[in-house]
Amino acid sequence: MSDLQSQDYIRRSASTMTPPSARSHEDEVAKLIDVSRCIGCKACQSACMEWNDLRQEVGHFEGSYQNPNDLSPSVWTLMKFAEYENEQGNLEWLIRKDGCMHCEDPGCLKACPAPGAIVQYANGIVDFISDKCIGCGYCVKGCPFDIPRISKTDHKSYKCTLCSDRVTVGLEPACVKACPTGAIMFGTKADMKHQAEERIVDLKSRGFDKAGLYDPAEVGGTHVMYVLHHADKPSLYSGLPDKPGISPMVEAWKGVMKPLALAGIALATVVGFFHYMIKGPNEVTEADEAEGERVLDETEKTP
Amino acid sequence: MKTVITRYTTVNRVNHWLTAICFVLMVLSGLSMFHPMLYWLSGLFGGGQWTRAVHPWIGCVLLVSYVGLIVQFWRENLWHREDTQWVKSIREVVENDEEHAPPVGRNNAGQKLVFWSMTFLIPVLFLTGLVIWEVYFGEATSIPVQRAAALIHSLAAVAAIIVWVVHVYAGIWVRDSVRAMTQGYVTPGWAWRHHRKWLKELASDRHDKDLIRKRP
Repeated sequence: MSDLQSQDYIRRSASTMTPPSARSHEDEVAKLIDVSRCIGCKACQSACMEWNDLRQEVGHFEGSYQNPNDLSPSVWTLMKFAEYENEQGNLEWLIRKDGCMHCEDPGCLKACPAPGAIVQYANGIVDFISDKCIGCGYCVKGCPFDIPRISKTDHKSYKCTLCSDRVTVGLEPACVKACPTGAIMFGTKADMKHQAEERIVDLKSRGFDKAGLYDPAEVGGTHVMYVLHHADKPSLYSGLPDKPGISPMVEAWKGVMKPLALAGIALATVVGFFHYMIKGPNEVTEADEAEGERVLDETEKTP
Repeated sequence: MKTVITRYTTVNRVNHWLTAICFVLMVLSGLSMFHPMLYWLSGLFGGGQWTRAVHPWIGCVLLVSYVGLIVQFWRENLWHREDTQWVKSIREVVENDEEHAPPVGRNNAGQKLVFWSMTFLIPVLFLTGLVIWEVYFGEATSIPVQRAAALIHSLAAVAAIIVWVVHVYAGIWVRDSVRAMTQGYVTPGWAWRHHRKWLKELASDRHDKDLIRKRP
């Protein structure tokens, strides 16, 4: 997205300074997706394409209602269809709207090397400021949910913006507006959690005793949450991660590694400098030259 | 007219400096994508997108160039028992008291360690670099493999930079070593002081006689 809210950053990629954050008196927002109420109509996908002016190339039938087959630089949200046979041997069609989860602790932002290419606003939305993106693909490695996609044409990374441009001016995201069953809701994070609780009580009363809210603590919670009928097994829903933390490899690479590496390089340089100051250069003396010439002369005389 | 000894041939030197230029460019572009405080270095390459695009290609040239150095120098860098002895007397060496360290052949143990460290690190950097080369290999491996590759790539890069700092400092500290790699020759006194065994070998071997020439 474009940079519309530059004074309410709470996080900014590849930045060692505090980002501009004066206009931060905002409630945290969240999108709540009630999977149990989704009918798989893809109105949200269409609305996303419409609002964001995205058109994925028409692909091929892959044996599933899922279409297109995967997220892409021009597919920011996707209905994922999973066929699950439950313990009673009945088929359950688990349909999940996939897209950016807007983590409270975003792995993409942690991994990004370009200053300000990924930001988090005070309302919790994680946004890509595309003109600063360098196309390295580090966000792909940082993300625990396999969301960002790098364009092969402009070498920029793309994902759902949570319609940050709409939310800024008090509108709900396009997918929320389009959903005909009310399965996608939007509001403050506190309201959405409350909404989810009511819904979970209802689901439990109807036999889904494992129903629950997906708001994974491993990434500090998310600003896109799901109500799942099988909250004990999120991976049933087309591989939604059970424990979606930022990889320890990324944590090491982007954490301790950075200061330690610079300190190591600096130390090697400083040690060299002071060795030179204290011991001075290792120079050839007149005596060495005489000895060297002698070795060469001696062998010349003894053929 | 003084006598000098050819230490590095023209091919040796051209190959070395091609490697050196590539290495410095890799360090500058790589560090800009490693630490936010060094992101400004990407300006040297025309911005972040250019830096991201050009870094892997310079890396390919570096690998080919370094393979050239391996082919030319591997034999003289084989490790011998005397190298272990030299490492044990490293204290005398850093004290500028080489007289009390074992006599050195064409390369000392420090030079050999630099050579073998780079011979290990550069292919590691190349292979892990391929895995995280988004444009061509972004979909070739799984994301967990890419995460491991990014971490190993940065660890190997830092190790290579530290080895390089040691290498450059040794060249500054041991006077007239840089001339050996720019103009190709050393004086008999330099060889006597730093590589006494090498001097004696080439003085006694009639095939090495053509290495001894008058100073240009």
